[in-house]
Amino acid sequence: MERTEIFQEVDEIVDRYKGQITGSVGILQDIQKRYNYLPKEALVHMAKRLDVPLSQLYSLATFYKAFSLRPRGKHLISVCMGTACHVRGAPRIADEIQRRLNIKVGQTTEDNKFTFELVNCLGCCAIGPVMVIDGKYYEHMTVRKINPILRKYETG
Amino acid sequence: MIKTFNDLERIIERLRTERLAEKSRITISSGTCGQARGSLEVIEEFQRQIRKQNLKDRVTIKITGCHGFCEVEPDVIIRFEPESKKSIFYQRLKPEDVEEIVSETVLKRKLINRLSYVDSETGKSIAYLEEIPFFKKQNRLLLGNNVFIDPTDINDYLALGGHTALQKVLSQMSPDEVIEAIKQAGLRGRGGGGFPTGRKWESCRKAEGDIKYIICNADEGDPGAFQDRSLLEGNPHSVIEGMIIGGYAVGASEGYIYVRNEYPLAVEHVGIAIKQAEEYGLLGENILGSGFSFTIKVSRGGGAFVCGESSALMASIEGRLGEPRFKHVHATEKGLWDRPTTLNNVKTWATVPLIINKGADWYARIGTEKSKGTMIFSLVGKINNTGLVEVPMGLPLRELIYGIGGGIPGEKRFKAVQTGGPSGGCIPEKLLDLPVDYERLTEAGSMMGSGGLIVMDEDTCMVNVAKYFLSFTMDESCGKCTPCREGIKHMLDILTNISEGKAEERDLEILEEIGNMVKETSLCALGGSAPNPVLSTLRYFRDEYETHIKDKKCPAAVCLELIQYSIDEVKCTGCGVCKKECSQGAISGEKKEPHKIDKKICIKCGICLEVCKFDAIVVE
Repeated sequence: MERTEIFQEVDEIVDRYKGQITGSVGILQDIQKRYNYLPKEALVHMAKRLDVPLSQLYSLATFYKAFSLRPRGKHLISVCMGTACHVRGAPRIADEIQRRLNIKVGQTTEDNKFTFELVNCLGCCAIGPVMVIDGKYYEHMTVRKINPILRKYETG
Repeated sequence: MIKTFNDLERIIERLRTERLAEKSRITISSGTCGQARGSLEVIEEFQRQIRKQNLKDRVTIKITGCHGFCEVEPDVIIRFEPESKKSIFYQRLKPEDVEEIVSETVLKRKLINRLSYVDSETGKSIAYLEEIPFFKKQNRLLLGNNVFIDPTDINDYLALGGHTALQKVLSQMSPDEVIEAIKQAGLRGRGGGGFPTGRKWESCRKAEGDIKYIICNADEGDPGAFQDRSLLEGNPHSVIEGMIIGGYAVGASEGYIYVRNEYPLAVEHVGIAIKQAEEYGLLGENILGSGFSFTIKVSRGGGAFVCGESSALMASIEGRLGEPRFKHVHATEKGLWDRPTTLNNVKTWATVPLIINKGADWYARIGTEKSKGTMIFSLVGKINNTGLVEVPMGLPLRELIYGIGGGIPGEKRFKAVQTGGPSGGCIPEKLLDLPVDYERLTEAGSMMGSGGLIVMDEDTCMVNVAKYFLSFTMDESCGKCTPCREGIKHMLDILTNISEGKAEERDLEILEEIGNMVKETSLCALGGSAPNPVLSTLRYFRDEYETHIKDKKCPAAVCLELIQYSIDEVKCTGCGVCKKECSQGAISGEKKEPHKIDKKICIKCGICLEVCKFDAIVVE
């Protein structure tokens, strides 16, 4: 993507927050939503627009869990690690996904297809263990269900 | 745009009449859980059937937030008259059930037995919502309206008398009178700490400064708690009304709702609600012609648990790192941008209109001496009726878990209930008759927190639970103060050793010593309460820790390093399913002969346990 195009899009996002530093976390959310991660050029431009040092944005981007400085895979898999999911066996689900994709939490597969993350609680405790892929919720997960679900995304 | 008090009254009256003229109403729950379970497909099918059978004028479809009975979602409530005392309740719906519901129940008023709720105790099916124990035993002051309201339509809220409390406050009460009413009611902060709300408001009102702020804390970070999500998704206007009243009382004209970005539906509904309230003139300049102005902005979180702590939350709204600060000066004097700020939880704000409408005395009669009103608990974990339950403060745990929750599934034994999230503790069976309020839970070494109740059975290992919470808080510690940053890490190291059978007996004492140190010396409440899960399990389940250390065994068969998988030769039929599913090739055996697990290859993933139909996999 052209740098100027990124600048333009970041400008639009920053304008929505009236260019105020108060909006930082929201601006970062929106940039991430647009690019799937926080591209360096976008942060550099955002810092210029808000008139803050880049290091300040870097500290925000690394403090808050929601942000990623590296490009993420085509599909984002999150497994809920809330207490209710935990007592119902979520760690086994998380382990199996890591084995299956041969990546660790927070990593992306080599072919850029999947990124795997843990999330603290999605608040759907009744249907745990919960796995979410690209916003679609899979309820009452078992180790056995993982393979068929992942296969759909691998081929699709 | 509603410009005067009279206009509001007229509109409410008109909407009420309209609603009373309605014929049959079909209400479908469609919060996050409902949608995850396919409510959207069910809704689509209802709309299709209504069109197909040409019933548009006779039937209203209402899409609402969560009804609270998560276990049976998606569910539908059918009423033939608006004021009817009985509503048909169908559960666990699939799109293919819809046609029958419309043609049999809606048109011919016939009940469909197989879709009704079946009571786990008696085995009988119950057709009406009002008769289901899960609902009958609750007092749903805050949650009750979720079943009547389409959260994306402000008219539904108004039709139920929404914003009449605001009208009353603005037209008849002085700010001091509002604060007095909240004090009289005895309302305490529902975010967990339980600080008296009226006193908080009073000190903010008295604080010097022409600009003051109102904040709604919707950064519901406690894993296992989702009542704030349910309220924001299902009835956002009640929270907004409470905040406007709070603004009037303390003298603030600007409010923020700080909400988790992990709750996309809540973020969406709150945004819509604010916009509609602005269009109606209930937010903005000169509300209802009273001269009072108030605006609300939404601030989304970035996925940091510590931002649920008030000073960290304010830093985050300001666009800074969510790090707590030492609170020698209260936020009511110097909070957001160093201005006097009143921060309350979602549930606290939603309670305010109720108190104004029904009176402080009415509210103060509910609950216990020091803990007034109702509390919403999320009943989750190893429990039959998972869901959100709202009960008066002081109800015994036993009634919550067995009376409303329907007990533990699969004839397992109850072991503990965890309250208060990562800041709380585990309460054992012998304390099940404990009446739940702020004081009693603290005495028992736990806390109210945001109302999560996670039920654990005999298959839950208490060392593992403590380890789980500590890894959570270690991960979420912001790292600013040493006791929290280093202490929790060290405690977790010891717990890991225990769970791997590498600990010594004296480690338990060290664990307690560090725990108490972290508790006393941490900067904020996150660190100050982080050792609670460890200290409370040590208090009530010490023997389980000792078994891990002395016998190198995990009684609940959870801690991976201390367990082994094997196959019961008598029970195994040699069906071969486990062998086929095992990704490691650790299972061998001929067809129809007992199989074996090679312990050297087995990675204890548990898939054989999941797939075996004959209960032949042994974990010990």
